[in-house]
Amino acid sequence: MQPPEKGLQTVNDHRRDYMEIKKTAMAGTLESSDAQVTVEPGDGTIELTIESSVIHQYGRQIRKVTLETLDRLGVDNAKVTIFDKGALDCTLKARVECAVYRSNGITENLPWGGVIK
Amino acid sequence: MMFLNCQKPGLIKDPYIYKPDSIMLDLEDAVAENQKDAARYSLYHALQEIDYRGVERVVRINGLDTPHWKEDIRVCVAGGADTIRIAKTETAQDVKTVEEHVLAAEKEFGRPEGSTLLMAALESCKGVLNALEVCQSSDRLIGIALSGGDYTKDLQTTITGTGVELMGARQHMIMAARAAGVQCWDTVFTNLDDMEGFEKETRMIKMMGFDGKSLVNPRQIAIVHKIFTPSEKEIIFAEKVVREIDDKKAKGIGVFTVDGKMIDIAFYDGAKRTLAMAKAAGVYKGDL
Repeated sequence: MQPPEKGLQTVNDHRRDYMEIKKTAMAGTLESSDAQVTVEPGDGTIELTIESSVIHQYGRQIRKVTLETLDRLGVDNAKVTIFDKGALDCTLKARVECAVYRSNGITENLPWGGVIK
Repeated sequence: MMFLNCQKPGLIKDPYIYKPDSIMLDLEDAVAENQKDAARYSLYHALQEIDYRGVERVVRINGLDTPHWKEDIRVCVAGGADTIRIAKTETAQDVKTVEEHVLAAEKEFGRPEGSTLLMAALESCKGVLNALEVCQSSDRLIGIALSGGDYTKDLQTTITGTGVELMGARQHMIMAARAAGVQCWDTVFTNLDDMEGFEKETRMIKMMGFDGKSLVNPRQIAIVHKIFTPSEKEIIFAEKVVREIDDKKAKGIGVFTVDGKMIDIAFYDGAKRTLAMAKAAGVYKGDL
């Protein structure tokens, strides 16, 4: 199967294996238990920056969850910045997904249970 | 039923510690218009990954007059919400419309058809007046709930704290719900500095026949449980009533007295309901 052309988004296609970060987008807040995630168009790779008050205890886990979520969404070219305020994994995933889909202007017919899981 | 804003991860991560009977994860009024999308991602992962320890998970979706409700339904069903609360319900058709989309979502996401229940929030004079048709609109519909803030706005009055402005709606809704065989829940009490007033209102709506109350703060939970849980005296009396009616029926006796009160078959269902409520609340371990 040919990979989808960059920029062509068919949001119902759960098999999509690539998603472009088209513009800078942000999701989340700096409130306790939340994480503020910003995604920007990348320079060919994933460039991940994490700031967290619990970086020593959970830095690896935050990194792992973020990279797994980006991989599932098909994002391999982005600058991602995370300000973590003690978010659970489920919150972190939600914020990464939201930022990525916002960067594509997609808010409907989302692949719940597909690449969002 | 405790309201929780899906926009706030800190609120939805562990509400079960307060032991509410149900939580209502809100996608509607509590969520800012530009955060509707963000709230859905949080909701999906919360439903999928947080163990709410038996607390029923209700999700309030945006009204049918908004651009949000269809995606709200998809995420609720995909996430596995127990019940969808339909905001601003005014007619039976509103419920049927939601039901159609819920069924489509159940098919899309491989959920058992009919597994997602519905409840309808009545928030306008038209909605309240149509309570009976709403209650009878769908096999999925488990009950109706009064939304006092919007209703009093439509009535062109305000929440006074006396309950006068809500009396007609409450009475009408509870009768409609009982006629249709569904449940009925009262509106929120938002003045957290007036716990005495909250308790007084909760006692009143219990007397009116309501099945429960919507809550905005964990501090209100214990009071509702105290009022709605049958007392030991009520449980003992209900046991006597059930046993005596069963015994007297076999002997061909229709009317008799229990603890000095005249009892007949009309008391049977009420006594059984008291015992069922006591069992559900964990305060009755008997065999009736």
